[in-house]
Amino acid sequence: MSDASEPLVRFESVQKSYDGEILVVKDFNLDVAKGEFVTMLGPSGSGKTTCLMMLAGFEPATHGEIYLEGVPINNVPPHKRGIGMVFQNYALFPHMTVAENLAFPLEVRGMGKSEISEKVNRALDMVRLGGFGDRRPAQLSGGQQQRVAVSRALVFEPSLVLMDEPLGALDKNLREEMQYEIKHIHENLQVTLVYVTHDQSEALTMSDRIAVFDDGIVQQLASPSDLYEKPDNAFVAGFIGENNRLYGEVKEVTGDYCQVELEGGGGMVKALNVNTGGVGSRTTLSLRPERSTIGVAKEQSTNSLEAKVEELIYLGDHIRSRVSLSGNNEFIVKVPNSHGHVHLKEGEITQIGWEADDCRALDA
Amino acid sequence: MALPSYAGPLETTWYYTFRFICACIFVFLITPILIIIPLSFNVEPYFTFTQGMLSFDPDAYSLRWYEDFINNTQWTHSVKNSFIIAIASTILATTLGTLAALGLSKPHMPFRALTMGVLISPMIVPLIISAAGMYFFYSSIGLDQSFLGIILAHTVLGTPFVVITVTATLVGFDNSLSRAAANLGANPTTSFFKITMPLILPGVISGALFAFITSFDEVVVVLFLAGFEQRTIPRQMWSGIREQISPTILAVATILVMISIALLTTLEILRRRNEKLRGLTPG
Repeated sequence: MSDASEPLVRFESVQKSYDGEILVVKDFNLDVAKGEFVTMLGPSGSGKTTCLMMLAGFEPATHGEIYLEGVPINNVPPHKRGIGMVFQNYALFPHMTVAENLAFPLEVRGMGKSEISEKVNRALDMVRLGGFGDRRPAQLSGGQQQRVAVSRALVFEPSLVLMDEPLGALDKNLREEMQYEIKHIHENLQVTLVYVTHDQSEALTMSDRIAVFDDGIVQQLASPSDLYEKPDNAFVAGFIGENNRLYGEVKEVTGDYCQVELEGGGGMVKALNVNTGGVGSRTTLSLRPERSTIGVAKEQSTNSLEAKVEELIYLGDHIRSRVSLSGNNEFIVKVPNSHGHVHLKEGEITQIGWEADDCRALDA
Repeated sequence: MALPSYAGPLETTWYYTFRFICACIFVFLITPILIIIPLSFNVEPYFTFTQGMLSFDPDAYSLRWYEDFINNTQWTHSVKNSFIIAIASTILATTLGTLAALGLSKPHMPFRALTMGVLISPMIVPLIISAAGMYFFYSSIGLDQSFLGIILAHTVLGTPFVVITVTATLVGFDNSLSRAAANLGANPTTSFFKITMPLILPGVISGALFAFITSFDEVVVVLFLAGFEQRTIPRQMWSGIREQISPTILAVATILVMISIALLTTLEILRRRNEKLRGLTPG
């Protein structure tokens, strides 16, 4: 029916509007390959959950088409799509035991009793909840409920599983533990996963690819490392990880690089010309805190600016230094706590340097 | 809620006044019901306590009004009618009311407030007006003096209770459960009977109970619509007071009070057990 190169899921210029006026999802295109772990990441109200709901069949697409294994599914009701899903609040049936919850998708598919109990037991063992089958959801802890929800979404062996902020209600330690658990389940079962979250570290830890949403548009679709190291625009640079911003005007473009005159009197800096409007346009320079070095002489680095140390925060493995530079007094530099590291004092004047390749000139 | 040790004289006074008022309310509510119970055992055909009853003379008490109730075909006939009408109208009102509540709680329901208003209007419109309206309408389409007519009329009166109780239960119903059921492959019918229905059952049952009681003690509509064949217990009691002046109605009233208490107790026990089973309350 479908060859291996065909994506499992395809969104084709999908739009969604709830009231017929405002588009929540503006023009969504996405191909998810078989076995891939794709995360939709974005602030609340960015349209990521709406996209997941359209894929699950709970919301109709206003425009565009969604394909599952090459077949358009806009007119297929949710119960015939065969997609597993983990809900934000788990949505476990409170009047059924854990085993009955897991058996439910198998029963509606008309499976035999012995086959059901075998599959249910295997699914419970997979999430280390063997022996919990007779409990009710209310008798389980949040983490256990979460694992039941995951195994219920997998027990009928769907080729595609959706997760809608499944770890949002858990505390930090449990959340990290579950991140690895879900990642391992994904690797072991070779299932395709589409995951929605607003937590960037969750997205970076687990995904093969991440679609960053904002304002109903995918801002960038890339692997975690590309997203962090090579953001396409100022929103992605600001949303993923920590980021120093400097504003300026593009004065000259040569090859892949450009010369930017900083606002705030910092002078000219050389940056990678990624997403600017050309000579004369305003640009946002994005620079990761760990990519700038402190106390370098002017000749040693492509860019070197004078900075005043405003605040030092000792964090054990590194010292977080807030400096003011070219009128920006929120510029962060991470000084690693290694042998022979630079010792700064608050109020001191120092030089901050960085390479042109680490400084990306983006849209204003 | 005991009186705290720092309470001043004003609080202390109010504390006891409040309890006194509460006691008075209970006395006024319950005494008329309790008073008919000893009176129904009166050996004399009176509605008041006789000298013998007050001095606890065993000869002043008897079961003759209970015997009269059981042996009188008019009474047994009315009991049968009451149950037929109440059960049929309860089934109808519960089904229709539950469906209406489900529809009304859908997020995209148009004219929700208006529909809700129309559905619960039989509760608000004075009964005598509804009854008169039904009398003229049912007469013109030939439904007066028939069981079907009274069942339909009582369904209309009972439905608002079901709509209100089920709507209240649905407020606490997590819609993602229906979505989860659909996602797991259950069609809407399976999803309703396996997921929605068990979870809203307490609301459906209490609505059904209200609908049953509404029909069971309804007399105004029956006065208008019922012929001799359709006489219910309240209708029979009405003529008992007006025409026969027989304490049999006291015996009937006592039996009805006992049935009501038994019914409510059973339902409450069932409800608690059910909640415990479903893990909704700890314990």
